[in-house]
Amino acid sequence: MTTQVMAQRELQIRCEDDIVLVRQAVRVMAQQLGFDAFATAAVTTAASELARNVWTHAGGGSALLEEIRLAGRRGVRMHFRDQGPGIADLGRALAGGFSTARSLGLGLSGSKRLVDEFNVESTVGKGTVVVVAKWARFSSTTG
Amino acid sequence: MTASVTAGGKPRSAIPVLRVGDTLLVTVQIELHDAVADAFQEDLLVTIEKTGARGLIIDITGLDMVDSYVARVLADTGRMARLMGTDTVLVGMRPEVAATLVRMGYGMEGVRTALNVDEGLGLLHTLQG
Ligand SMILES: Nc1ncnc2c1ncn2[C@@H]1O[C@H](COP(=O)(O)OP(=O)(O)OP(=O)(O)O)[C@@H](O)[C@H]1O
Ligand SMILES: [Mg+2]
Repeated sequence: MTTQVMAQRELQIRCEDDIVLVRQAVRVMAQQLGFDAFATAAVTTAASELARNVWTHAGGGSALLEEIRLAGRRGVRMHFRDQGPGIADLGRALAGGFSTARSLGLGLSGSKRLVDEFNVESTVGKGTVVVVAKWARFSSTTG
Repeated sequence: MTASVTAGGKPRSAIPVLRVGDTLLVTVQIELHDAVADAFQEDLLVTIEKTGARGLIIDITGLDMVDSYVARVLADTGRMARLMGTDTVLVGMRPEVAATLVRMGYGMEGVRTALNVDEGLGLLHTLQG
């Protein structure tokens, strides 16, 4: 079985305000898929953290938001892409508590805990791609 | 008993501040992103100075999402007010927001909280004897 993409939307992250637009789009998508308040808050918060990382650490990039379906389950998948400096020590960045921006360094590790699937690919000097997915808690019987 | 108070005449953050006795009540309903957050903090500190408020209640019932950035803005605001001698209570955090913050590892330690505005006022009352 392969994951089907039912709908998708790409948003550019070119300024601070775009972070708000990304999370608003994710919120709408999650609500349409029947996510409960907890799952909606989780996926929206993860989107906010990852979009903010694209903006603060890479100076911009994009967010591709997808409505996905697999074996009757529905979910949201998000791809955050940038051509920034990349992450030199991915292990350390994912462990949490590490920040090159003198922050708490909990954005990456924290968002990992909020979603069901999490994958980072980063090449120093080339950029970073973070792909995460979250499934609606109960499988939908419609559609 | 309430009056709309804004710092320096012009509210840059457009977040209304209500004065109830010697307590300021701030209701955050809009998305607090960078530019707004800084203005919000600064406006609030000036309002504290002008009014001599002893307590500050920040009501976040209207926020269905608090990311690490907003969490930090809220915690920092309380710390700034504390330096001026004003106690802050964060009230109205929704269940899904509390769950998300703790899962992320942001326990908001050092931030006083209460269930709602009433409880917050009660807490301030106890604190200030
Ligand atoms: N898209 C990115 N491009 C380059 N570096 C990144 C990117 N995302 C994360 N990083 C690196 O990983 C570190 C950890 O990221 P994380 O989001 O956990 O913390 P932070 O952004 O520094 O702080 P915060 O807790 O405010 O999110 C960052 O400090 C940065 O060095
Ligand atoms: Mg971050």
